[in-house]
Amino acid sequence: MRSILPILMRKEITQFRRNKVLPRLVVMMPIMLVLIMPLVTQMDIKNISVVVLDDDRSLLSTRIESHLANSDYFRTPESAYDYNQAVELMDQGRVDLIVSIPAHFERDIRNGHGQPISLTANAVNATKGGQGIQYATQTIISAVTEIAAESGLSSYSASDLTGAASLITIQNRYNPTGNYRHFMLPALMIIVLLLVCTFLPLLNIMTEKEHGTIEQINVTPVSRWEFILAKLIPYWLLALLMIGLAMLLAWAVYGLVPAGNPLNIFLGAFLFSLCMSGFSVTIANISNTMQQAIFVLFFFVIQFMLLSGLFTPISSMPTWAQWLTYAFPPRYVINIFRSVYLKGTLLTELWFDYTMLTVLAAFFYTLATFTYKKQN
Amino acid sequence: MMIVLIMPVILLMLFGFAISTEINDIPIAVVVDEYTPEVRHDLTALENNPYITLTGVIEERDVDRVLRSGKVSAVVMMRDGQRNVVLDAANSSMSVSAGSYITSILRSGTTMPLAVTTYMRHNPQLKSAYNFVPGVMGLIFILICAMMTCVSVVREKETGTMEVLLVSPIKPMYIVLAKMVPYFILSLINLATILLLSHFVLDMPISGNLSTLLTLCVLYIILSLMLGLFVSTMAQSQVVALLICAMVMMIPIIMLSGMMFPVENLPPVLKQISYIVPARWFIEAVRKVMVEGLAMSGIIKEFSILCVMTIALFAGSIKKFNDRLE
Repeated sequence: MRSILPILMRKEITQFRRNKVLPRLVVMMPIMLVLIMPLVTQMDIKNISVVVLDDDRSLLSTRIESHLANSDYFRTPESAYDYNQAVELMDQGRVDLIVSIPAHFERDIRNGHGQPISLTANAVNATKGGQGIQYATQTIISAVTEIAAESGLSSYSASDLTGAASLITIQNRYNPTGNYRHFMLPALMIIVLLLVCTFLPLLNIMTEKEHGTIEQINVTPVSRWEFILAKLIPYWLLALLMIGLAMLLAWAVYGLVPAGNPLNIFLGAFLFSLCMSGFSVTIANISNTMQQAIFVLFFFVIQFMLLSGLFTPISSMPTWAQWLTYAFPPRYVINIFRSVYLKGTLLTELWFDYTMLTVLAAFFYTLATFTYKKQN
Repeated sequence: MMIVLIMPVILLMLFGFAISTEINDIPIAVVVDEYTPEVRHDLTALENNPYITLTGVIEERDVDRVLRSGKVSAVVMMRDGQRNVVLDAANSSMSVSAGSYITSILRSGTTMPLAVTTYMRHNPQLKSAYNFVPGVMGLIFILICAMMTCVSVVREKETGTMEVLLVSPIKPMYIVLAKMVPYFILSLINLATILLLSHFVLDMPISGNLSTLLTLCVLYIILSLMLGLFVSTMAQSQVVALLICAMVMMIPIIMLSGMMFPVENLPPVLKQISYIVPARWFIEAVRKVMVEGLAMSGIIKEFSILCVMTIALFAGSIKKFNDRLE
């Protein structure tokens, strides 16, 4: 009985290699996700189409206009006569932001009162609208400060502005260039793991079920543990291999290397693949058809993807949803990957995440052996 | 099949309520040299701000440790009139917002000389839901519909009943249509619950015409069912069909549809690829109808693209279906 495990594993590996689609998929997935998808994850918004309604026609308002036109964030492809026409353009989706400068703006600002500039953003996409307003405000402030500095007029009260700004300094740590891709890359590696360690073992077991070969295993003296382990060990190795490949790609293409110990990353990846494969075996055990199993798995995987802090921060969620995420293994491994990769966080500082992953893995394996019945 | 009816509802509710990019809780710590009146003023300002949670006062040597362990996202160092904000910029997009929040709070003592008023059109409260609910609808419909139909033909191939269908005098078109009908009815029930929930529970407006919205959604459902059928006629086994529909399609739909990341920002090549993602056009059109209140004439481009895709998939499935087995 000692040597049954390697034999069963050899069968799994042979079956995997014989498959036409799976080996290609396993190589292509990390390449696609790590090479191409980071290009998609670009949060700062560029090419905001802005239209300026200038009722002032002063030195200041033309300066604001040229600052907006020369900014990387904005482009000015459209023009409008009045506010209503501009709004119409916005509704057609041709304009994202309307900057309307009231008449006598420059004169009024010298006197320290008067109508403010009004900014109107299309906020259907809240992030885009908010960022557009933020950038536009910064651009306008810089234009005003510049004019004030040139004309040496204190009545712009620009000294207040620059004075206040110089007292506050901002220092960005861990990602000084502000590269959002570096933040997303470790998370994209998790997606590779998440998909491979759930869908592949599930489909493997369900194929045995649908073809009836699982019954042949059931009548042999192979124990439940041996059967599950033989199924899963190849996927654990595969997961570590894929993470290694993904890390190499991230280094070669995006120049991203872990700030901390790479072994911490591998440990996190290993615990995570234990968790997810145990989870998928449980689902396979309780499902009757392949389609049903996939539906159930999909239901959970999509939650893992969208609610674990991969794309949107967990801290922005309502409290009940934040509590829910404590049951999601990806939450911990994403934190581990990002912290170790970008901040060089130590193993001891992440003890909570590693412990939770271990606990969840133990839980899913208990569940998996519990739900696996050799007899119907 | 209960799961097919319950799953979309739970997913829509979960994502509609929970996914948000609003940054409303920034944990920060402060380093204080001396408690001058100015420092006290700034501390109260930070404490009273709803977006910021002041976790405590720390020593300067601990700054790196608390940031690295992720306990706080920013540290404000206050010493003799200087304010130094140290941000955890690992998440660069969040740190920009956090930085500007904190700066504006610290600045609040000095009056801003330049007044700017802002209007957020269509979404004055800047709710992320306006962005995410159409996205989640686009994602759920296409994946669930495709997963339902993708095994239908390939299963016949696996069990060997395909030969019977091929030699029967029924036209392939009818077989393909008949395979769709039950799933179509299921999807219509889903559509009704999803629209009702997003309007009444998630507070999504339906500013446009309801019948326009329904036409658009029904077209999208047919398209998604067709996509599943097409995969089913192409695939050799159920495993491959399900892998394609559940796993391979999920990533491009999440990343290239404009649900998470704005499509305008994509590099040119990826932008071209995003044109063939049906969810991209659907999400854009749903936003226009539900939030901006445009009529059919406003979404004619998206609508016709979806139509063309549906016809192409239908033709493709029938052609592949007709092919003799090897």
